[in-house]
Amino acid sequence: MDAQSTHATGPGLQLPEKSYLNETTGIRSWLLTVDHKRIALLYLVSVTFFFFVGGFFAMMIRLHLLTPSGYMLSPDTYNRMFTMHGVTMVFFFLIPSIPAILGNFLIPLMVGAKDLAFPKINLLSWYIYIIGGAFTLYSMISGGLDTGWTFYTPFSTVYSNSAVAPAVIGVFITGFSSILTGLNFLVTVHTMRAPGMTWFRLPIFVWSHYATSIVMILGTPVIAITLGLAAMERLFGLGFFNPAMGGDPILFQHLFWFYSHPAVYIMILPSMGVISELIPTFARKKIFGYEFVAAASLAIAVIGFLVWAHHMFLTGQSTYAAIAFSFLTFLVAVPSAIKTFAWVATLFGGSISFDTPMLYAFGFLGLFLVGGLTGLFLGALGLDIHIHDTYFVVAHFHYIMVGGAVMGYLGGLHFWWPKITGRLYPEWMARIAALILFVGFNLTFFPQFVLGYLGMPRRYHVYPPEFQVYNVMSTAGASILAIGYLAPMVYLTWAAFYGKVAGNNPWPATGLEWTTASPPPTENFHVTPVVTWEAYDFHNRPELELDVPRAPTLAPAHGDD
Amino acid sequence: MHRTGELYGQFKTLDQQKETASLGMWIFLVTEVMFFGGIMMAYTLNRHVYFHAFAMGSNTLSLQLGGFNTVVLLASSFTMAMAVWSAQTGKKKLITIFLSLTILLGFVFFGVKYVEYAQKFHHHLIPGKNFNIFFCRDNPSKCDDLSAKDLEEENKELEEASAADPDLNAHAQLYYSAYFGMTGLHALHMVIGAGLLFWLLRESVAGRFTPQWNTPVDLVGLYWHFVDIVWIYLFPLLYLIDRHKN
Amino acid sequence: MSEQHEHIVSPKTYGVIIVTLLCLTAGTVGAAYINLGRFNIVVALAIATLKATLVVLYFMHAKYSPKRTQLVIIAGVFWLAILLFMTMSDYATRVDYRGVHYPMSQRIVAVLSRWG
Repeated sequence: MDAQSTHATGPGLQLPEKSYLNETTGIRSWLLTVDHKRIALLYLVSVTFFFFVGGFFAMMIRLHLLTPSGYMLSPDTYNRMFTMHGVTMVFFFLIPSIPAILGNFLIPLMVGAKDLAFPKINLLSWYIYIIGGAFTLYSMISGGLDTGWTFYTPFSTVYSNSAVAPAVIGVFITGFSSILTGLNFLVTVHTMRAPGMTWFRLPIFVWSHYATSIVMILGTPVIAITLGLAAMERLFGLGFFNPAMGGDPILFQHLFWFYSHPAVYIMILPSMGVISELIPTFARKKIFGYEFVAAASLAIAVIGFLVWAHHMFLTGQSTYAAIAFSFLTFLVAVPSAIKTFAWVATLFGGSISFDTPMLYAFGFLGLFLVGGLTGLFLGALGLDIHIHDTYFVVAHFHYIMVGGAVMGYLGGLHFWWPKITGRLYPEWMARIAALILFVGFNLTFFPQFVLGYLGMPRRYHVYPPEFQVYNVMSTAGASILAIGYLAPMVYLTWAAFYGKVAGNNPWPATGLEWTTASPPPTENFHVTPVVTWEAYDFHNRPELELDVPRAPTLAPAHGDD
Repeated sequence: MHRTGELYGQFKTLDQQKETASLGMWIFLVTEVMFFGGIMMAYTLNRHVYFHAFAMGSNTLSLQLGGFNTVVLLASSFTMAMAVWSAQTGKKKLITIFLSLTILLGFVFFGVKYVEYAQKFHHHLIPGKNFNIFFCRDNPSKCDDLSAKDLEEENKELEEASAADPDLNAHAQLYYSAYFGMTGLHALHMVIGAGLLFWLLRESVAGRFTPQWNTPVDLVGLYWHFVDIVWIYLFPLLYLIDRHKN
Repeated sequence: MSEQHEHIVSPKTYGVIIVTLLCLTAGTVGAAYINLGRFNIVVALAIATLKATLVVLYFMHAKYSPKRTQLVIIAGVFWLAILLFMTMSDYATRVDYRGVHYPMSQRIVAVLSRWG
């Protein structure tokens, strides 16, 4: 453990002289790095770029929908807006975000290793992401994409006049980035743990990423081949998905959703992993039901592969298969519910503080709950007939993706920012931004549940005039939400250079990553750690100095446990 | 390229490094299983629904060439396994010999595949604008590589298949999409494998592989065997759909 | 798993395996010429699976690999099965699909109506 005190603060606190940030300099040392921490930052920059690209398309959608009659965009252009919003956000933001940034940065630190199992493959995964992104961006500027992010055939493969082929190729390429990341994580967790770091001493963040990696490995290749076949159909007239040639569009949907449903678990499991770190830390209490939470993560990964046809209830597929898929859909909610109960039970009797990461965690709890429960409505066969392809679906998945995944992402960024940069972000500004985000989010998406229930279809560029008030509310909310996103971009960047020095463990938290310097040295630990304590053990770790007051910029801890 | 037995920085021991590399390759192979699995699914559905067209397509493939290629690949798996054994037992010259044999057998496979693909091209059986399952029936002079007996059998089958499936041409095209898709993907993987084998050959000639360290041979071996396993399935699925009609 | 503890498979074993594989190949070609109706595909896939298993166990050393490796292999096969079987479960339980008539859905109705 490093000599610096954990979270005591004062004028004496200094950044370590040498860390992964400054040990080597120059652009080549970044672009050819194999250090997982630097690669995480490369991803941070590129993922943030795509987040804003996707956000731009969202802005176009919401501005256009201010009036019922489609004043702003032509129907074809509107189709391009929602398609490119979806493609960018799903494949280039949500799927990589937490794993490629926080996972890459933290997993070696959390298991006590010097790096991931395959550092060069890690760098390769980033370059593959960039190349795939370039193809997709090219398609966006050279004709756009209007098929919906779901690329349903035969519209995408035969009839669309947009740049389908480069987009599909771009997503195909980016899939390999995901596969390599997942492969790296799985092997690292199996073979690179420090002495004493047994499976059941691992932080839940690691378990969550392990489960996510299982999904990445088993699911992504299927979308790869599916998009490959779709590209073949588009370019060379192969006919698997084209009814005019005897093919079946539903086959495409089965193959597409076989990946794309588990993909949503790729998006949420890492966020749940973050929440599982935030809540124990800011309740100063061991997570409730550790083994159950770990097992539930794996259960979500496995059962998540068995439910995909719930996206296809209205396609004319077999009713009996639909019944089976509906039942399994209800089943997959159970492990998520177990985790939610565990998080809430962790809070009970804890010593709770309301630092920014915890605000995001609270936001997650409420919003994921709403999103998850509305998923059950959609999974019910009879109800889905009414609400399929309406704004109810849009609201449901945004509650999970934004209310769930993005909350976890932002909460995690804030929580680990001191470790990544060595500096603290401005706490009060951050709390206000979190609240703005929460308000903006709900104002944007709650009206969409109402709209969907009232029957407004999704992906339509016009709507009946009686829906306008909800659409205006939604757009107003989106403007507020945008502020909530922009603010952290600004102050986190500022804090990285000018924030107060953080010290090893400002919170304090119990993970191995907090025992090393902030920012860490390139080799992560000067001495290989030997782990003798259980996960989230606040009691037997005197070095955490729980009774010492924390930095003034952090809220005072409310007594001890 | 790191030297024999050198430890990469993130590992503590050579054992850990080997264990890690091996696990990594196995997990990668699982992704390949799912990758081929997707096109297998497309094949499964379409064969089930358009059985006559698929049987027709299958019978236009040469069983001799397909069977020969199967034997060639199985033999190449044997030589690859022997290359690994040679590395494990320190027989450096044998490593080179067995790797060379494996590459040679791989190229034999490519040669046969080329012959098969060329024939399909001449018979207008490549999916696309010119696809025509009836081409040889309607232009027997252009299909002179088929014997008169073969042509007669094929025509008889075409007649039966058309009677069972009025849209035979479109559905047979789906068979060929599956055929070229699956064998093409397989061939692409073999090309990559051949490239890896050439790399191994170079290293083995330089004497890099020892009983203490031969991980690349082991890992490329795993990959090569996987490619063989794909063909083990492709052969009956594509060539043996309905041979007993003959 | 170190090289020292690693079980080195003998050329003799490899020899037995390759001969078995070649025999099985002949077998699958032979079986293709016998009219077994619906079971032709079953036999073909069974033989192919047997061949694949031999390659995995002996050529790829899975028989001598740690349990973790074996779990990875089983997971791969299992997931492929999920993809194939659950997708086909849709098609196979429709009343008919593209002219192929599926009695499965009638059987399901019969079973369900016995309870309802």
